[in-house]
Amino acid sequence: MQIEIGQEIPTFERMAGFHAWNRFAAVNDEFVPIHMDDDAGRRAGNPGAFGMGSLQFSYLHAVLRQWIGDDGRIMEVACQFRAPNLRGLTTIARGKVVGFRDEGNEIIVDLQVWTETEEGTVMAPGSATVSVPKSAYVP
Amino acid sequence: MPKSWISDDMRALVGRTFGSRRSSAPISLSDVRKWAIAIYYPEVPPRLFWDEEYAATTSHGGVVAPEEFNPFAWFTAEGPVMAPTWEGPIRDSGPESAFGVKGPDTTFILNGGMEVSYGVRMKPGDVITSSETTLLDYQERQSRLGLMLITRSETTWTNQNDQMVKVTRGIGIRY
Repeated sequence: MQIEIGQEIPTFERMAGFHAWNRFAAVNDEFVPIHMDDDAGRRAGNPGAFGMGSLQFSYLHAVLRQWIGDDGRIMEVACQFRAPNLRGLTTIARGKVVGFRDEGNEIIVDLQVWTETEEGTVMAPGSATVSVPKSAYVP
Repeated sequence: MPKSWISDDMRALVGRTFGSRRSSAPISLSDVRKWAIAIYYPEVPPRLFWDEEYAATTSHGGVVAPEEFNPFAWFTAEGPVMAPTWEGPIRDSGPESAFGVKGPDTTFILNGGMEVSYGVRMKPGDVITSSETTLLDYQERQSRLGLMLITRSETTWTNQNDQMVKVTRGIGIRY
């Protein structure tokens, strides 16, 4: 794999909606009204029900994993939840390389990561650090 | 709307630990597979999370859990986890109640974000222990939804070999 500053990694995209949220609620035991009920979402000041922050956090891991492969290592991920993840919009997880360094048998890569809607509204901006085996790196 | 949600009693809690150490039940392969399917649906998740034969050929030597997997959902070593019903005011949902301190009269709670550093991977059979949680700080910010109280806290997970699995700094928002 090649790594360059400014490089955007392949995106990870999923449609937001109850098909995804209910599955995530089931595995994370996260049955919160704002994620299940439009009225509850509206009472909390949003246009309707919205997806879990933890699911967007998982999508940020998925976009990193599909780039670094099974032998890569996610070291750090951070994000803030700034805008609600609303039903019917595609959630796009993205990442951009902001720096990398050679450390022994690994290349450590710092990235800017975020989720956004298909309209370009950033929902969860954040950062990540990953490691890829040097053997996988093509300078 | 108050000028501040943060009382002097709350301010005195910063830096203190709350909650209790708790351990998961042993992680099951089935739970790892279901988590991965939920995240990747409608596409098939990576084989590393469900195919034991394939996973044995990787550097992990077997199936591992996605880094963000939660082994404390539904059931822990202590028994069933009965999640809150989320009905009525959420006044006692913050860390203050653990100290017997009156919390803010907020109505809503949100996950504001998180910062996680990872150590060793979780895998089927592992028993994960969560430390007590440290209250790092309170902050406040005006938003379109009113005055928001931001609470940051830190929790460490270790496995049965006392290896660090992850350190999570959580950001809770109440308003």
